[in-house]
Amino acid sequence: MTIYLPIAELPVVIFTVFAMGLAVGFISGMFGVGGGFLMTPLLIFTGVPAAVAVASVSPYMAASSFSGALSYLRKGMVDLPLAGVLLIGGLIGTAAGVALFLWLRVIGQVDLFIRIAYTLLLGAIGIMMLVESARAIRRSRRGKAPHVRRPGTHAWFMRLPLKMRFRRSRIYVSAVPVVAIGFVIGLLGAVLGVGGGFILVPALIYLLRVPTTTSVGTSLVLTLVTMAAATVLHAEANGTVDAVLAFVLMIGGTMGAQFGARTGQTMRPENLRFLLGLLVLSVGIRVAVDLVRTPAELYVLHPIEVRR
Amino acid sequence: MSRRGVRLRPMASAAAVALACAFAPDPAAAQATSADRLVISVSQPQVSITSTFTGAELVVFGVAETIASDTTPDVVVTVRGPKQSFVTWRKSRLFGLWVNTDSRTFIDVPAFLSVQSNRPPDEMAPPAVLRDGQIGLSRNALTQLVGTDYADVVPTDPFRQAFLRTQQAANLYQEDSHGVTFLAPRVFRANFTIPGQAPIGRYDVAIQLLRDGKITARAVQHFEVNRSGFEQDVATFSQTEGTLYGITVAIGSLIVGFIGNFLFRKE
Repeated sequence: MTIYLPIAELPVVIFTVFAMGLAVGFISGMFGVGGGFLMTPLLIFTGVPAAVAVASVSPYMAASSFSGALSYLRKGMVDLPLAGVLLIGGLIGTAAGVALFLWLRVIGQVDLFIRIAYTLLLGAIGIMMLVESARAIRRSRRGKAPHVRRPGTHAWFMRLPLKMRFRRSRIYVSAVPVVAIGFVIGLLGAVLGVGGGFILVPALIYLLRVPTTTSVGTSLVLTLVTMAAATVLHAEANGTVDAVLAFVLMIGGTMGAQFGARTGQTMRPENLRFLLGLLVLSVGIRVAVDLVRTPAELYVLHPIEVRR
Repeated sequence: MSRRGVRLRPMASAAAVALACAFAPDPAAAQATSADRLVISVSQPQVSITSTFTGAELVVFGVAETIASDTTPDVVVTVRGPKQSFVTWRKSRLFGLWVNTDSRTFIDVPAFLSVQSNRPPDEMAPPAVLRDGQIGLSRNALTQLVGTDYADVVPTDPFRQAFLRTQQAANLYQEDSHGVTFLAPRVFRANFTIPGQAPIGRYDVAIQLLRDGKITARAVQHFEVNRSGFEQDVATFSQTEGTLYGITVAIGSLIVGFIGNFLFRKE
């Protein structure tokens, strides 16, 4: 059974798109990531034009992160003040990212930049998470306490002025690094077309020492707000948001996110981090392989997008 | 738009052929060619895209009216979709990485192109006539941006070949040298498939009749590929009220997220 996408202007098999939503939604709910770094390449692979894919993933991510965030909110696993402070930096970062993206398009190497950035970023984060969580798992296997939090070891950036207390996360840190992390997430989100959850969750855990449980819920809230804003911006500026595509993805995504969130809550945090690290690293390797391997077709065709 | 290829346009080349016939040395041959007439019909004047659209099959029927000759003429059916511009990038290895290094821009080329004939065009007429009539994928004008100028390039140009190869792989460019079949000595038909991802717009069906290595008659019809119903409403909303459309989709996505969460609540 196929369905015609009015903005992408092509028919797709409805169950394929639904299954993609379900699978990526499961991962979103489980790890608190938006799933953009998985969904956008998947859509482009099915033949959806890149501009439509990037824009239509935004409402999908808004829906699945809202669904996931509600579950975490009810369980009190969201730090709303922390999300608010992160958002300040996030919105400034998004604006800066759009400017950077335009500049990259002028020099004409967006594709290459995105691939190299993906490889380095995903590779580095994936390896870091794998190493750390493997250590934690080994420690808990040996029967020692899995807790790695060391109250005395506050890094220099946490002692900067403008200190704030985030009760839910049980941290007392300067607002400066929080806004800075939000800025970097917004910047990467705009340039790489990802929600940033897979960077934000480890950043919260390792840099700000936010517990894994609240970091996931808080990340979902941030993804929700930025992706809802991105939907409106894409629709206004480019007219490339395909409502039919987004809706089919959403139905699968919200269902998947529910199961994912439940599975995530039953798992040990270090195992969760190990799996996410594995996933992030494999996507990074996949992008790297494309950069290095001799392509089957040396020529690629890009239709010149007509402003609608 | 004032973009013009260096190649002659179909209109101009038609005039050239008429001129060539007028000055043909054999008056009988000239008379025979001018006696050819084409009557054609396309099965659908309009292809409507609905939610279940996966492509459409169209049929062209034609009658070649000839008085002077009994020989069966050759027929070429060319369908050209709406015009679109493309950038073709060539990758090469740079520091071990495959990078887009070189590009060519194809200006206002057909986004859909299907060429069908009753036998391979090479057997029908000399290359100059085929090139004039833009008969066959390899001879269809594909204007490239060359510096500040616009021109078509030789058929062996790697960018041109890559462009044709990619479009054929996507089934947007088709070529069948036995796609035209004769139902009677002067009645022919050809089928062609509009794939699901084909662009929206006006499609021209051009038919050329060849006899004794010359183009002796031409006919053009067109049909439209349009969205209809819900699909058209969504597209129009998105185009005319971008911001409102975006806000609607954003709110819709929150509602879906809420319903999803509500339905799957355990308690």
